[in-house]
Amino acid sequence: MNPRSLLAAGAALAFAFGTTGGATAKDKKKDESAAVKAARDFDKNPYPSTYKPYPGQPVLITGATVFDGKGGQVDGGAVLLKDGRIAAVAGAMADLDLPAGTLRIDGTGKFVTPGIIDVHSHLGDYPSPSVDAHEDGNEMTDPTTPNVWAEHSVWPQDPGFSRALANGGITALQVLPGSGNLMGGRGVTLKNVASRTVQGMKFPGAPYSLKMACGENPKRVYGGKGQMPSTRMGNFAVNRKTWIEAQAYRRKRDEGKLEDRDLALETLAGVLDGDIKVHNHCYRADEMALVLDMAKEFGYKVTAFHHAVESYKIGDLLKAADVCSAVWADWWGFKMEAYDAIPENAGLLYKAGACVVIHSDDENGIQRLNQEAAKAQGDARRAGIVVPDAEVIRWLTLNAAKALGIDKDTGSLEAGKMGDVVLWNGNPLSTYSRPEKVWVDGALLFDSADPKRRPVSDFELGQPGEGDVK
Amino acid sequence: MSRRIMLAALAALLAGTAAQAQDIAVTNARLVIGDGSAAIERGTVVVRGGKVVAAGAGVIVPAGLRTIDAEGKWVTPGLVVAVTDLGLVDVGAVDGSNDSGADKAPFSAALDLSTAINPAAQPIAIARAGGVTRAAVAPLGTGSIFAGQGALIDLGADPQPVTRPRAFQYVELGEDGAKLAGGSRIAAHAVLRNALDEAREIAALPLGPRRTDVLLTRRDAAALVPVVTGRQPLYVHVERAADIRMALGLRQEFPALKLVIVGATEGWLVARELAAAGVPVLATPLGDLPASFERLGATQSNVGRMAAAGVKVALGAFFDQPRYAPQFAGNLVALTRVPRATGLTWGQAFAAISSGPAEVLGIADQVGTLKSGRAGDVVIWDGDPLEAGSGVVQVFIDGVEQPLTNHQTRLKDRYASPAEGALPKAYDW
Repeated sequence: MNPRSLLAAGAALAFAFGTTGGATAKDKKKDESAAVKAARDFDKNPYPSTYKPYPGQPVLITGATVFDGKGGQVDGGAVLLKDGRIAAVAGAMADLDLPAGTLRIDGTGKFVTPGIIDVHSHLGDYPSPSVDAHEDGNEMTDPTTPNVWAEHSVWPQDPGFSRALANGGITALQVLPGSGNLMGGRGVTLKNVASRTVQGMKFPGAPYSLKMACGENPKRVYGGKGQMPSTRMGNFAVNRKTWIEAQAYRRKRDEGKLEDRDLALETLAGVLDGDIKVHNHCYRADEMALVLDMAKEFGYKVTAFHHAVESYKIGDLLKAADVCSAVWADWWGFKMEAYDAIPENAGLLYKAGACVVIHSDDENGIQRLNQEAAKAQGDARRAGIVVPDAEVIRWLTLNAAKALGIDKDTGSLEAGKMGDVVLWNGNPLSTYSRPEKVWVDGALLFDSADPKRRPVSDFELGQPGEGDVK
Repeated sequence: MSRRIMLAALAALLAGTAAQAQDIAVTNARLVIGDGSAAIERGTVVVRGGKVVAAGAGVIVPAGLRTIDAEGKWVTPGLVVAVTDLGLVDVGAVDGSNDSGADKAPFSAALDLSTAINPAAQPIAIARAGGVTRAAVAPLGTGSIFAGQGALIDLGADPQPVTRPRAFQYVELGEDGAKLAGGSRIAAHAVLRNALDEAREIAALPLGPRRTDVLLTRRDAAALVPVVTGRQPLYVHVERAADIRMALGLRQEFPALKLVIVGATEGWLVARELAAAGVPVLATPLGDLPASFERLGATQSNVGRMAAAGVKVALGAFFDQPRYAPQFAGNLVALTRVPRATGLTWGQAFAAISSGPAEVLGIADQVGTLKSGRAGDVVIWDGDPLEAGSGVVQVFIDGVEQPLTNHQTRLKDRYASPAEGALPKAYDW
């Protein structure tokens, strides 16, 4: 616990004693202000990241095709990692200042990208094996649960993290609560680094997010229980009522009148303050347009619509509102609100100038986000929309990092950023390519040539196939 | 496709007047025969009367034939997808449109999926546009371990999808089977043995009186007669190594059984036994997570290792996503470049979604390869079909050129630009 929260706890304790102990009027006034202080100045990071980069050696990759994540491509390029950071990205002829002990890797015929980032995962909160006892992603006892935090469900021993690293080159991911609730709770952004604790995976400095959901799921879950919401209009009514409460809470807080903390409203106030990013599961175009108005009504911003299978119908609105669409390439038809999904969704959004992010929402899909992007690129091409490879890579890297608010640290190969890098054995937009090496903060955490340089979760020890290629 | 052509296709579908097979030649293609061999440069395939008459390099095109120049393109046999719910479902989560489950039905083994195939369902049109031309449809979620009798279909835009009804029986013997049988694998095996015994009794005395303690309806027991006598294959869904061994052991008691193993996540752990038994496998591709306690040994190398051990293995059991078949196959090729992983050569991988499943389904003499005498199921691709970025240009089934328009392509056309014009989008069609 940090000193500030310790003080706050002490003040809260004093308040409790003060009110139960029959304090004088003067003492009470003093105690009230302490309570107000406690409700306002609470520790906003009570489960802080303990992640520390693992040691790495300086690495120079030469002769590779480099996709820098921000839309650039360098043929025969060089990438230098030093002190856990990207030190340089350069063309073939660059004269780089190499530290002693630099590992040189011939990248001829190979490709380098920033670490791949998935903005929508349930690794850890719906881990493998997917037994009932592991279903920790949907707190479906109330349609709005902004008080729950996904990080309190994440099981760091989910074997899925290692598959995402080894096969997908995933170096960072956002684990979200599920979509059973209108307000599902806070998401958490993780480094894809094996750890005994979730704190050891938390991406340092990443903002929190709020998972919201429109459409079929919340109304089905709660309609099925005979409670509100059971319709789409019910979805909006419950959301609006909750935002009104959040506004009142925030106003009270800002007027110095708040005496009791409320975990749910704290999260929503954080959204209204602009500190917590809204990631909104939403399929249909008409609903997304309504959500944009709801955000205006209450003064918050939607950072990204997730799944967003009908975004292509409103690319102009999404561009104007500066909202990303985190999409699959071609999931279709599994439920009514997915019936108008089309494989050209990403391509049409790109053409409209709107932000595209490729996401997985799937423990298998996260291993192939690069292929998901390649499919979207191919379908765009057949629709007459040419998206260069380097732009497609941006969908999985810098755009994803921006949506998570970590783009100052990762998501592109720029000097000074974290050394989150994937060396692919071929063009990552080919089905035939796989990560050869993956660095996180300059530490080599996967090497396809080294049987021991791959994480094996506690769950897998002593089981068939322990340490096998996966 | 223009609106007029689409209407014509729709009319043909409704009127039951399937378009006539055209005699065609596709030339200058990167030609894939589908039997595991490497692609042939500048190959030609000739289809007449709905059948392939010649395919290869140096094939002479008869004069007067409609010729498609496939310069820069790939030409393959149509994909064959085994164990899918194509034709049973419009939208998975919309119950009324979904015939893939029947857990309240009084019957199980007797249920005949061919009675419900809807050739006009969008999933069929979308899979067709993805190069899938043939499918084995199964299973039903019934109240029993027996999931009904699967059907073989073609994906042609015509009113006759079913090419072989009652092609196989499907049974659940792993975790799913345990649940259905009353809570354990022990119960599932008891239910299975009892059912096959009852079928034997029916076979011996087709119209005679039955024991008083039978568990199956006469109809269900009768439906298992072709299974127990080996006339109809039994597709057994099992994942873990021990369950696969147990399934193989059934032939000691029921020697006529023609087994096919479906799923087989841990098949690589029993590859030698599978190979020795000569039992083919329709393996779920790419599963590499211990998704359940019957899949602890999951690895993407499963298919490659089984193939290397001599198991007759094809890809299958990806149910509602048949159009992903090429991507799955392509990933198995990718594994050949990953140290210590085992994948398939390009030829093997393509065969695993064409001739391989056709062999398992017992129709390799009809579909799955571009060889003389096989159905004129021809797909033209704009690139390597196993690359995620490639797509389908033209599809022929039995020599009939197929419409590739569907709900998705119409939406794509309408929303090429999101802005509305002089009239609302609803007038743009």
